Amino acid sequence: MEAASTTLGRSGRPEAPSLRAARRRWGESVIKGLLLLAALISLLTTFGIVYALVEETVVFFREVPVHDFLFGTKWSPLFNPPSFGVLPLVAGTFFTTLIGIAVAVPLGLGGAIYLSEYARPRVRKTIKPLLELLAGVPTIVFGYFALTFFTPTILRDFLHLHVGIFNALAAGIIIGFLIIPIVASISEDAMRAVPQSLREGAFGLGASKFQVTLRVVFPAALSGIVASIVLAMSRAVGETMVVLIAGGQQPQWGVNVGQSMETFTAFIGATAKGDAATGSIAYKTIFAVGMTLFLITLVMNLISIRFVRKYRQVYE
Amino acid sequence: MEHAVGRPSRSHKAKDLVFRLALLACLTLAVGLLVVLLVDVALDGAGTLDWGFINSFTSITADKAGIQAALWGTIWLMGVCALFIVPVGVATAIYLEEYADPNRWWNRLIELNIQNLAAVPSIVYGILGLAFLVRGPLHLGNVVLAGGLTLGLLVLPMVIIAGREALRAVPPSIREGSMALGATQWQTIWRQVLPAAIPGMATGVILALSRAIGETAPLIVVGAATVIAFNPTGLDSSFTAMPIQIFDWISRASNDINDYRPLAAAGILLLMILLLAMNSVAIWLRNRYEQKW
Amino acid sequence: MTLPLTVTPSKAEGERASPDKPRQPREPIFHLEDVSVFYGEKAAVRDVSLDIATKEITALIGPSGCGKSTLIRCLNRMNDLIPSARVEGKVRYHDQDLYDPEVDAVEVRKRIGMVFQKPNPFPKSIYDNIAFGPRVLGMKGDLDEIVERALVHAAVWDEVKDRLKMNAFGMSGGQQQRLCIARALAVEPDVILMDEPCSALDPISTGKIEDLMMQLREEYSIVIVTHNMQQAARVSDRTAFFTVNPEDRIGRLVEYDDTETVFTNPSDSRTEAYVTGKVG
Repeated sequence: MEAASTTLGRSGRPEAPSLRAARRRWGESVIKGLLLLAALISLLTTFGIVYALVEETVVFFREVPVHDFLFGTKWSPLFNPPSFGVLPLVAGTFFTTLIGIAVAVPLGLGGAIYLSEYARPRVRKTIKPLLELLAGVPTIVFGYFALTFFTPTILRDFLHLHVGIFNALAAGIIIGFLIIPIVASISEDAMRAVPQSLREGAFGLGASKFQVTLRVVFPAALSGIVASIVLAMSRAVGETMVVLIAGGQQPQWGVNVGQSMETFTAFIGATAKGDAATGSIAYKTIFAVGMTLFLITLVMNLISIRFVRKYRQVYE
Repeated sequence: MEHAVGRPSRSHKAKDLVFRLALLACLTLAVGLLVVLLVDVALDGAGTLDWGFINSFTSITADKAGIQAALWGTIWLMGVCALFIVPVGVATAIYLEEYADPNRWWNRLIELNIQNLAAVPSIVYGILGLAFLVRGPLHLGNVVLAGGLTLGLLVLPMVIIAGREALRAVPPSIREGSMALGATQWQTIWRQVLPAAIPGMATGVILALSRAIGETAPLIVVGAATVIAFNPTGLDSSFTAMPIQIFDWISRASNDINDYRPLAAAGILLLMILLLAMNSVAIWLRNRYEQKW
Repeated sequence: MTLPLTVTPSKAEGERASPDKPRQPREPIFHLEDVSVFYGEKAAVRDVSLDIATKEITALIGPSGCGKSTLIRCLNRMNDLIPSARVEGKVRYHDQDLYDPEVDAVEVRKRIGMVFQKPNPFPKSIYDNIAFGPRVLGMKGDLDEIVERALVHAAVWDEVKDRLKMNAFGMSGGQQQRLCIARALAVEPDVILMDEPCSALDPISTGKIEDLMMQLREEYSIVIVTHNMQQAARVSDRTAFFTVNPEDRIGRLVEYDDTETVFTNPSDSRTEAYVTGKVG
C-alpha cells in the first residue's frame, strides 16, 4: 500500500493513504452469490413443476389422443377399458367453483364494504382477526364439517334438499366460505385505498352513503375487487380436501350438483396415494390432469396479479 | 360531515339502512359459519380428546385408537420444513430487497414467480414432490425428508414475502448511516438491518408453519402412510401426519359413522389447538419485539 | 484527554466565534473539476469546479433543488447507493481520484464521514451506536476508551456517561444528532460531511452543534450543506453558492470565496440577491 505522504494522523494511519482496498472484498461477492442461489430455488421450483408436468403429460398424450381427452365425456381412466374424457372433471370443477364464487362474492364483498366504509375502528379490530381465523382453518376441517354437518343437518334436515351424501352443492358452498377471506381482505384493501377526497366530493353534492359507496368507491376500487375475485376463483379451482371428502369421487358429466361430482383435484388426491407405479397409466393421468389444473390456475393468477398491480398503481 | 346540501331524503335514509343491514348480514353469515364449525367440531371431539388419545397409536378398534404417530410425524415434518424455509426464505428475501436491482428483468421475473407460486394449488406441490423428491432424481422414497421439503416448498413464498416486508420496514436511513461509517453492505445487513427485521421474519415463519401443519393434499400425493403404528425414527423413516390421520378416520367414518367420527373430530381439535398456540406465539412476538421507528 | 481549544474568542455577547481571518492557505483536501451528477438521463448538478481547503469549514448554500446535497454525497461516494446515479468529472481527495475503478468506496467512507439531515441513530444502546464503527472496521484499542473519546469530542459525554446502555431512541433530537456526530468521529475520519445537520433541530440544539463544529475544525475538515444562510455566515471559512436554473432545473456553482466576501461583497448579482434575502 503506497502512501501519498508519510505524516501520521491521530490514529497512526498515514495522513493520506491509498484508497485501494487492502485486499479485494471477495467475501461480499461470495455472499451475494449465495443469496442469489437461494433466490434461484424459487425459480427452480417453478421449472420443476413445469418440467414434471410436461414430461409425463407428453408421454400421456402419446397414448391418449388429445381430442379424446379434451372432448370426451366419460372419465374412467382406471377401468378396463379406460376412458379418458376429461369433461366430467371440468364440469365438477366448474360447478363447485361457480357455487363457491356465488357464495364468496356477495358475502366477501359485502363484508369488505362494511369493514371499509361503515364499521367503527373497534368493530374492525374485532372482525378482522375473525376473518383471519377463517382463513387459517385447515381445509380438512372444512371437509369434515361439510360431510358430517353441512350435508346431513343443513342441506338434508333443515332445507329438505334431496342430495346425496357426497354432493357438489355442499362442497361448493363450503369452498365459498373458505375463500371469503380472500375476496374480503383484498377488496377491503382496495376500497380503503380510495382517497377520502373522492368520497367527500360526492357527499358534498348531497349523495347518500349508499350512493357514494356504490357509485364512487366501488368503481374506483374495481381493479382490486376483480383481482380478489379472480384469485379466489383460482383458489377454489385448486381446492382439494373439501371436494375429496364431501364432493365425491364419482365423475359426473351433468349439472346435478346434488350428487357427486369429481373435480381435477379430487381425482388427483384419490388416485395419487403415493403408490401408483411410475409409468403406469394411473401415474401419467395424474400428471395430465395436474397439468390442466396448473394451466388454469396459472392463467387466473397472472390475471389477478395484473389487476392488483393496476389498482396499486393508481394511487401510488 | 355527510351532507353539505340539504337533509337526506326519506328514501335515502331507508336505502342506507337496508344496505347497511345487508352488509352486516354478509359479515354475520361468514363469521357465523365459522362459529358453527368450531362448535360442531368441539362438540364432536371434546369427549375423545384426552391423554390416552394423544399417547395411543391408531387402531382398527376405535376405542383404542390414538394420534401419537401422527402427532410426532407432524412434529418431524415441521422440523424439516422449518430448517428448510428459514435459511432459504430469509436469504431470498435479503437478496431481493437488498441486492437485486429492480430494473433488471430477471429480478422482476423472480418476484413475479414468487407471487405466482404463492397461489399454485397445494396438490400441485405434492405432484412436484412426488416427481422429484420421492421418485425421480432424488429418489428419497415416501419419507419424512421428502414430506418436509414438499411442505417447505409450498410455504416458502409466504416466508419470502413476509421477510421482504420485514426488511422493507427498516428505514433506509439506517443503512445510510451504517454505510457512511465505512461498513460494507453485508456488514450493514448482518449487523443492523437483519436484527431489526427478525421479529417480522419470525412471525412470517410461524405463520408459514401454521399453514403447513394443516396441509393434507400434498402429503397424500407424496405418500404419507395412513396406517402407521410408530413414530418417525429418522429423516428416512416413513411417516404419517395429523391431517392424514384425520383424513383416514373421516374416510372410514363415512362407512361406520359412530366409530371413527369422534376420533377425526378429536384430531381436528388437537390440530386447532396447536394452530392456536402457534398463532398466539406469532402475535406475541410481533407485539413484544416490533420495532417502532 | 483534552478537548481541542477554540482558537478565536467571541467578539460580542450573543455572537458566535467567527472564523479567523485570514488563515494561512492550506493545501486543498478535495479538488473538484467539472463535476456533474446525473440521475439516469437527468442532470442534477453540472460543471462544478472548486477546491475544499483542509481543516476549514466550507459551506455549500443555495435554494432547494440546486444540487448541494447531491454534490456533497459525491465526496464520500454515497451516491453509489443510488443505482441510477452517475458522476462525471474529477473528484480528487488528497491527490487521489475518488472514482478510480480501483478505489474501494468502503475505504473512502472510513476517512470521509457523514452526518445526515435527520438524526439516524441505530436502534441500539448509545454505547453500541458509537462502538459499531470501530467494531466493523476492526479498530485497535480499548473500545470503552474509543467510545468515551468520541462522545467527549462531540460534547455529549457529560449528558450520557451514566446512561450508555440506554437505547439511543430515548434521546432528544439534538442529543441524537450529536450522537451521530460522535459516531462519525469514532472511526477517526479526516473529513466530516454534514448534510443540513441542524434543519430538523431546535435553535438551542443548533447552537450547540455550531459551537461543536467550530471546535472540530481544529482537527477535521468540514463541509456543510445548509439552507440557513446565517448559519453559513456564522461558522464557515469559505462559502460556495449554488443556484438552480429554472428552465432546465440543473444546479450550478455560481460563486465560491471566503465567507466574508460572499456575504458582504459578492461578485455575482445572483449571490447578492440570495444572501440579502431578495430571492430563495
